[in-house]
Amino acid sequence: METQQEQLLKTPLNRLHRELGAKLVPFAGYEMPVQYPAGVVREHLHTREAAGLFDVSHMGQIVISGTGVREALESLVPVDLGKLSDDQQTYAVFTNAEGGIEDDLIITRWSEEQYFLVVNGACKLQDLAHLQANLPDFSIEYLDGRGLLALQGPAARGVMQQLAPEAAALTFMNGVRVSIDGVSCYVTCSGYTGEDGFEISVAAEDAEAIARKLLDFTEVEPIGLGARDTLRLEAGLCLYGHDMDQATTPVEAGLLWSISKPRRTGGEKQGGFPGAQKILAQITDGTQMKRVGFVVQGRAPVREGAELVNASGQPIGRVTSGGFSPTLNVPIAMGYVEIDYIAPDTEVFALVRGKPRALKVARMPLVSQRYFRG
Amino acid sequence: MSNVKFTEDHEWLAIEGDVATVGITDYAQSQLGDVVFVELPESGTEFEAGAEAAVIESVKAAGEIAMPVAGTIVEVNEALVDEPELVNSDPMGSGWFFKVKLAETAGLDSMMTEAQYRESLEG
Repeated sequence: METQQEQLLKTPLNRLHRELGAKLVPFAGYEMPVQYPAGVVREHLHTREAAGLFDVSHMGQIVISGTGVREALESLVPVDLGKLSDDQQTYAVFTNAEGGIEDDLIITRWSEEQYFLVVNGACKLQDLAHLQANLPDFSIEYLDGRGLLALQGPAARGVMQQLAPEAAALTFMNGVRVSIDGVSCYVTCSGYTGEDGFEISVAAEDAEAIARKLLDFTEVEPIGLGARDTLRLEAGLCLYGHDMDQATTPVEAGLLWSISKPRRTGGEKQGGFPGAQKILAQITDGTQMKRVGFVVQGRAPVREGAELVNASGQPIGRVTSGGFSPTLNVPIAMGYVEIDYIAPDTEVFALVRGKPRALKVARMPLVSQRYFRG
Repeated sequence: MSNVKFTEDHEWLAIEGDVATVGITDYAQSQLGDVVFVELPESGTEFEAGAEAAVIESVKAAGEIAMPVAGTIVEVNEALVDEPELVNSDPMGSGWFFKVKLAETAGLDSMMTEAQYRESLEG
């Protein structure tokens, strides 16, 4: 216990989390707040009703620069980066040779020769190694000295309006460099809750001041990883390592929308990313398994790892994320099922402590996303 | 006035005669977080000491209530089915789980008093 504590990294907001009474847990190698005294349900509902502040400084921030960097990055992700203008961003996955997913990330074009990547905290070292190995001719800078804050919820834009009006004018998946109280920040309109909101990249030494500034607004409360997980589950968003991994393809994971049309069969930039053959074939021919959402019938939550069976008791899939939805006030889940069972309202069963619990396949997101698209 | 005992598993037993009311402590509920589901045993079920008698799920995790002593369930707190959050708001009162008719009283002596339990939390 002691040694594990010592090895954990701390985000720039560690002192603030302690001051706010957070319960700290190890996550992605960092000591992170899983919840504050309000607790997961209240934090979750507050984010849906007002605004929540999340410390996501464990995530990796990487800048890649050089002439021809767009084509180089496109060799690793099934995305057409050519459609992005400066400060515009896109969701992407790093694929592997088998078509599986190495990580998911957000790519922001800073200029023709410079892209800003935000990757998962637990994957960032391997992502860096992956980039260095595959793009040896480009400058790859890991922004170790930066924090990342997320401000999410219907009140986020009003708060941002009072701090940085240019950022408050952003539409979904766009960014802008602004000054908040004299501190330079890169703000994007994005997030992981399904709500309108922002992510704020800021120098580590200024992160606490910006966080305190945001928390000064009565609408803003600190939110831990527990509520972050229930919020993203309601919003139908995948958690890497759970709802997708090296053995699942973006097609199986229901991320077809993230594969740009020009990168698909018949497109002008067809293929050219790891595992393209398998992924493009799946787009045409379909897959055996697919990720779907579930609403659990009854009150008992169905957790990650639970086996799914059909009415005859035959195995048909498994749950990859499961928990309680504070917004819907019922247990919800997501997981993979055989293709015959993906239609909404299909009834399947999870074995929980030996008892079959009924789940109904439900269209994702289970709670409507409220991104601001202008 | 009932005699209240505490276990190392953060359960409490309020003992009146040969019947004990069982619940979890305030510390236990604070560790679990928001309770969203409780599965209770059926009245009349007999349990060995240590057997899993009830299931409790919070937004974060699942846990079980181990039977602190051998006995037969005589009443369960049906209110928890619709209002599992009572475990958080009133763990030592209306958030009780079940009442058990004790098969023996021997195990009770080794359980902690409230003062001893508080001390164990600080230790």
